[in-house]
Amino acid sequence: MDNTIHTLQDFMLHTESNTYILMGIYLVCMIGFWIFLTQKDEDQD
Amino acid sequence: MAISRRNFLGWMGAAGLSASLVGKQAHAASTKEFAGHPGSYGVLHDITRCVGCRSCEEACNTVNKLPKPAKPYTDESVLNKKRKLTTTEYTIVNKSVQEGSPIFIKTQCNHCLEPACASVCFVNAFQKLPNGAVVYDASVCVGCRYCMIACPFEVPTYEYDAPYTPEVVKCTLCAPLLEKGLLPGCVESCPTESLLFGKRDDLLKIARARIEKFPSRYVDHIYGEQEMGGTSWLYLSGVPFKDIGMREDLGNTPAPKLTSGALHLIPMVVSLWPVFLAGMYGMTKRRNTIADEEKAKAVAIAIEQTENKAAEILSQAMEKAKKEKENVSKRVERARENRVKKALEHSSSTNSDEGA
Amino acid sequence: MSEQKNKQARGVTDVVLGLMRDDNAKFSPLAAFTGIILLVGTVLTVLRFTQGLGAVTNLTNTHPWGMWIGFDLMCGVALAAGGYTTSAACYLFGMKKYHSAVRPAILTAFLGYAMVVVSLLYDVGRPDRLVLAYPFIVQQGTTSLLFEVGLCVLLYLTVLFLEFTPIPLEWLGLRKARNIAVKLTLTLTIFGVVLSTLHQSSLGALFLIAPSKLHPLWYSPYLGVFFFVSSIAAGLSMVIFESMLSHKKLRHRMGKAYLEEHPPLILGYAKAASLVLFGYFMVKVVGVSAGDNWYLLLTPYGIWFLVELLGFVALPCFLFAVGSRNKDPGLIKFTAVLTIIGIVLNRLNISMIAFNWHLPLDERYIPSWMEITLSVYMVTCLILAFRFIATRMPVFDEHPDFKGQH
Repeated sequence: MDNTIHTLQDFMLHTESNTYILMGIYLVCMIGFWIFLTQKDEDQD
Repeated sequence: MAISRRNFLGWMGAAGLSASLVGKQAHAASTKEFAGHPGSYGVLHDITRCVGCRSCEEACNTVNKLPKPAKPYTDESVLNKKRKLTTTEYTIVNKSVQEGSPIFIKTQCNHCLEPACASVCFVNAFQKLPNGAVVYDASVCVGCRYCMIACPFEVPTYEYDAPYTPEVVKCTLCAPLLEKGLLPGCVESCPTESLLFGKRDDLLKIARARIEKFPSRYVDHIYGEQEMGGTSWLYLSGVPFKDIGMREDLGNTPAPKLTSGALHLIPMVVSLWPVFLAGMYGMTKRRNTIADEEKAKAVAIAIEQTENKAAEILSQAMEKAKKEKENVSKRVERARENRVKKALEHSSSTNSDEGA
Repeated sequence: MSEQKNKQARGVTDVVLGLMRDDNAKFSPLAAFTGIILLVGTVLTVLRFTQGLGAVTNLTNTHPWGMWIGFDLMCGVALAAGGYTTSAACYLFGMKKYHSAVRPAILTAFLGYAMVVVSLLYDVGRPDRLVLAYPFIVQQGTTSLLFEVGLCVLLYLTVLFLEFTPIPLEWLGLRKARNIAVKLTLTLTIFGVVLSTLHQSSLGALFLIAPSKLHPLWYSPYLGVFFFVSSIAAGLSMVIFESMLSHKKLRHRMGKAYLEEHPPLILGYAKAASLVLFGYFMVKVVGVSAGDNWYLLLTPYGIWFLVELLGFVALPCFLFAVGSRNKDPGLIKFTAVLTIIGIVLNRLNISMIAFNWHLPLDERYIPSWMEITLSVYMVTCLILAFRFIATRMPVFDEHPDFKGQH
């Protein structure tokens, strides 16, 4: 099969799909990072 | 410029992500401009050659096995009313009378190079094939009808009357026939060569040559060359396109570009909005903590002051008491002294009296 | 020890009795109207799902989106924005005095979004595939803004459900589960604001694809910004409006905290809404200027645009300001209604009235009585569900077992 992107639509489908995967991973990491960041705070409630 | 198609994966493809992201990066072009599938096909519709025989409509009906219309295709009275595409008519010929003479225009899906329907479909049901056809996959369609909102040519139609399994319906450029090396039904049946099938690049050359050769016969515009980023169907006309019901105000922006700005903002919001909001939360919390601390401090000071004052009052009282005590004892002393003095005086006077 | 346990885990009979308690036993014209709507709506629902969209709607190939998208989806989502604005104000921006307003706002938002999703099931041609989440599981059309809207609405409905769960959990006396749910508040609030920002704006951006169909005065590259900013004003106004209705009907359920915080809350919200509308007016004007569409203002559509902009953006902005300056709750409540009408008008303009403006009148879409009735049916169900929950569960008051714990 032709392995080359010829249309803007196909290119955007490709990049947007990657972006959505990245965003999912980022949000999960964000929670973990926030916990790491604030774990030793004294005013934890 | 074209770049390599890298295999993208679904949501959960964390393992595949690296392949997806890195992939064949080396082939990526520096400028992300796309000219469409090379050598893709199209149709040139020379409106000046159309005689309104509706053979194309009939062929389309046969090829796609659609229900026969109430009036036969030879009945010209159908042309008196402007018609629109329907779920059983993938193509329509309309008549427009310009300066007394009739002009016939065939309408069907224009098979955009960058289809708006494909851009907006949230199940990716539409696809631009390398051969030029824009095809629809009914097996994934949810029926949101956003494609119909998006299409600037008002092409996709919907089976509103099908209760359980309605589908979007539109011309397929006879993609199944193209695969077999056959012509689309409408082109095959056209008796006047008003429809010409070929590679889009060749058709553009032919169209330009016709305009050049017969400048008085054609307006100097190939409809579909630039409209909405270009379409696989191209049109030549003797009168301005807007006079025969074809919109010239669509612009030349390819459909995906219209929404790309909004799409590109999404990851920015997802990345930075939580940072900002978490920061706001942290600041609010810190401010509250400081306020609490200051309050506690103020209370402590107040308590201390009160205590000091109390101590002072106590010590003052003690002092006073002590002084009073001293005074009292002094007074007592003085009184005693006085008494002794008086006694002494008294005795001495008595003594002097006695002595006198 | 055992007594306390009894208190925590409410008896099953209590719960069932609570569910069955009828507080609307009196007959009234309103009750009769509600009954008729429910009856007709149910019949029409059967008709829709057995005879197809064509049997109940006036949708055509040129007007594929009608009442259920224009009103139920567009207005439903905008008016449910009170959930994220209130929880953000309270938990992120430190407006602790708005705490008692969070629960009613979350409940309204949750029910609003539930209504939106149910309406979409009526609207799409293949609801079975929407239930099976085809866009997310079978094939992802990631270039579509509708994909993003769908994903965000789905996730936000989940977030709202989780934000809502402490209410029934307190009611049921499930302390442990309730404490876990409360712990998630911060994360859920941030997620809620992010998801709301995204889909509120993307609902407007849906129309970016159709510059040739939407009237230039409403079409703008800023459509997403317009929708997001106006959703904040809509959310704030809805909290005011909804508290006004609740005060009439549910006062007996309101706790001391809610009743004490209510007057300053209304003033604060009016001030905020006024400020937001001030900015919204500016961005709308910038939209006209950016497209250089001034010359269209004196056409019939332009006059209609000015009615929306001056009558339902500028005027409520001013009236909210006067109301909050003079501490006039009557004026504020009136203005809240005005703002809500304005937002509904804006959404209907963009999705229906100014959409396909180039078509001749006889090709334009006018909703069928059945479409309108089903929209009213949805709103009626929403109000009934709100009442049902608010009269029984700790929404406007604190649960005695959980006082001062959130």
